[in-house]
Amino acid sequence: MFGLNAKDTRLLLIVIGLVVFAPFLMNPFPTDSGLAQFNAGYPDLMQRFVIFGIFAIGFNILFGLTGYLSFGHAAFLGAGSYAAVWMLKLLTINVIPAILISTLVAGAFALLIGFISLRRSGIYFSILTLAFAQMAFALAASVLTPITGGETGLQTALNDPRILDGAASGTGNIPAPALFGLEMRDSWDWVVGGWSFTFNAGYYLAGLFMIGAFYLSILIFRSPFGLMLKAIKTNQTRLNYTGLNSRPYTLAAFVISGMYAGLAGGLMASMDPLAGAERMQWTASGEVVLMAILGGAGTLIGPVLGAGFIKYFENIFSKINDNVLHQWFAFMPDGIENFLVTILHPFVGKGWHLTLGLVFMLVVIFLPGGLVEGGQRIGRLFSRKKKTDDSPNADTKPAE
Amino acid sequence: MSKSNFTRRGLLKTGALAGAGLSAPTLFSPVWADGHAGYTNAPAGGTVTLGFNVPQSGPYADEGADELRAYELAVEHLNGGGDGGMMNTFSSNALKGNGILGKKVEYVTGDTQTKPDAARASAKSMIEKDGAIMITGGSSSGVAVAVQALCQEAGIIFMAGLTHSNDTTGKDKKANGFRHFFNSYMSGAALAPILGANYGKDRKAYHLTADYNWGYTTEEAVRTSTEAMGWETVAAVKTPLAQTDFKDYVAPVLQSGADVLVLNHYGGNMVNSLTSAVQFGLREAQANGKNFEIIVPLYSRLMAKGAGENVKGIFGSTNWHWSLTDEGSKAFVKSFGTKYGFPPSQAAHTCYVQTLLYADAAERAGTFNPCGIAEALEGFEFDGMGNGKTLYRAEDHQCFKDVLVVKGKENPTSEFDLLEIVEVTPAAQVTYDASIFGGDLGTCNPGA
Repeated sequence: MFGLNAKDTRLLLIVIGLVVFAPFLMNPFPTDSGLAQFNAGYPDLMQRFVIFGIFAIGFNILFGLTGYLSFGHAAFLGAGSYAAVWMLKLLTINVIPAILISTLVAGAFALLIGFISLRRSGIYFSILTLAFAQMAFALAASVLTPITGGETGLQTALNDPRILDGAASGTGNIPAPALFGLEMRDSWDWVVGGWSFTFNAGYYLAGLFMIGAFYLSILIFRSPFGLMLKAIKTNQTRLNYTGLNSRPYTLAAFVISGMYAGLAGGLMASMDPLAGAERMQWTASGEVVLMAILGGAGTLIGPVLGAGFIKYFENIFSKINDNVLHQWFAFMPDGIENFLVTILHPFVGKGWHLTLGLVFMLVVIFLPGGLVEGGQRIGRLFSRKKKTDDSPNADTKPAE
Repeated sequence: MSKSNFTRRGLLKTGALAGAGLSAPTLFSPVWADGHAGYTNAPAGGTVTLGFNVPQSGPYADEGADELRAYELAVEHLNGGGDGGMMNTFSSNALKGNGILGKKVEYVTGDTQTKPDAARASAKSMIEKDGAIMITGGSSSGVAVAVQALCQEAGIIFMAGLTHSNDTTGKDKKANGFRHFFNSYMSGAALAPILGANYGKDRKAYHLTADYNWGYTTEEAVRTSTEAMGWETVAAVKTPLAQTDFKDYVAPVLQSGADVLVLNHYGGNMVNSLTSAVQFGLREAQANGKNFEIIVPLYSRLMAKGAGENVKGIFGSTNWHWSLTDEGSKAFVKSFGTKYGFPPSQAAHTCYVQTLLYADAAERAGTFNPCGIAEALEGFEFDGMGNGKTLYRAEDHQCFKDVLVVKGKENPTSEFDLLEIVEVTPAAQVTYDASIFGGDLGTCNPGA
């Protein structure tokens, strides 16, 4: 189906299923149970899952296929965000122009940076991209304050022109980003028994883009162009010796990947019309590298899993405070309760980085192929018949 | 088209199933999000949830930790625990110690990381996941402005914590946002006369300014008010918020011809920059035939503690100090001290007061509807909260009250007794016209 082979079709359908049914999958616990703490099915986080999924898919087209480790990808995300917010301010509150322009702006920005950075490979390439991204961050945070809003970030305001919307500001409230009148923050709650499932308009729009992005990435992976990118990763020197100029290919991959990041940035700004400079900081660039490696670089679905995993930790684990811990262990004698809380304290709340670091370490040591490899190992454990066919996307080799 | 195991029959079956599943919601009497109460997150059942969004990491983490302590204390008092603190001295007697409108107060916490993006994500999860009816906190104006805008969009009341920028209730003011803390303009207006009296009217100032909106408005306020009395501004240098080492910024100050250094820094930034300045010997230095002086426009006890010896004799302004002797302050210091073993900071004070003010407004309005609460707060005059008579001005949702000018104590008697109050500037002297900073309040948004 869709011009894909059976295996890829199945993968695509799995992703579509995950996106469509996420409101159920993310809210497995009844709202008033103690485990509701671990529910992740609220609009903001679900939007983040798919948006960072797009970001990671795009990063993986560059890193997973060509092996070029860009350490400045957040710059494109940031550029996309700023472009989108400016569209929302100047043109219209409809998100379509914002998303389109953010993708194009990030693409142009990627073309410029890629043209320069791709003259080098390996660690030099990484350092160059890092340098450009930090420059972009410093500019956005300080010198370009009139355009970017500096540390405060860029926001929509009541007196923005919004030339296509006209007199929308008469209500005294800033209009919310919308798709032809459907506000991105509109949600519909479905309460069944103790469960509550939230279906959010913005989430499904972002999810639609994510499915499209994923489909496109499968096409790229399976195309002759993708094969050429893989050849670059395997042995670029040899490729050059055959008389082939590899730079147009890497540049194309870099720009595509930058546009994915811009799309993610545009969607982020469409869900919540604010763009801050720290979106461009090197920590944000590092995060997408972590997402790709944690999920499984070079695999199709790995980066999406990695993005979901990291965002889940960031938003759920960071909210577990000592109070919550005390509630959990309240049934134990006081001494043991306090002891357990003291032990767990550094790993939850603001210590979520520590937990994530440990998980990352374990994954890299024991599952070099990321979460995808973990899934495959479990799958093999339970599959009855021995599989002999090596599927094309079972490439769990760690990225170089 | 390659071979695939999706048959037409299989597809139809799944389609039918999925269709049934999707149409099922209508069978279960759908509830439109919050539509039944007319405003976002209307509390159901016997509890109401407040969201405390404070910096737990980054340069303002100390302030954030103290804010959280104050919030916990306020929740305890609202639910009838402890000794009631300032609820006993508060001029409004609407609060009874049985929660808010009879509902037990619960709370959720989050980390703003002193970044607008992270703060908004945290506030969103409080609103969308935890059903918070009010968000409060923030120890940075950038964060406060960003979260205030979010609350306006979502239809939630935002009770600003420690945010000192003019913008919060000036250019970026919002109908759903309220601030008890004072601002840069008031600091400038209160400080200038004291500086003139102590340091003379012909000084040359060098500004180091935190590079975000609080820094800008503070620099501007101090410049305007000092230049009005004859000072000259030699240079104003912006420093990144995440900066921890200020040596490079302090080094050129002595050669610049300035004889006063103004540190428009707060929290950890101020501790580091002041320490650098002292290490460079600025305090002992002479310039233009005068003693070199350092000024910190916004002071707090936590910063004074962090900077230690270095704060002695340095002027600044503060919203509140625990050594005040009015009934409200004494009651608050007592209950905070009993619970935590040390006196509260100004950040803790403003956050505690904001929580009580919100609860009181809800009681007086008889609803949690943001529009009702906004109406109850607008133009509200109260006393007994530690700052004397205070007005919540309706035009910009800013509190007007006395401002304290303080000085680092030369001979502290304890590790908390670091600041002494030089003057209490009356509210009338720091009041300004609501329109001077521009901005538009908009109309209150109940969400839903």
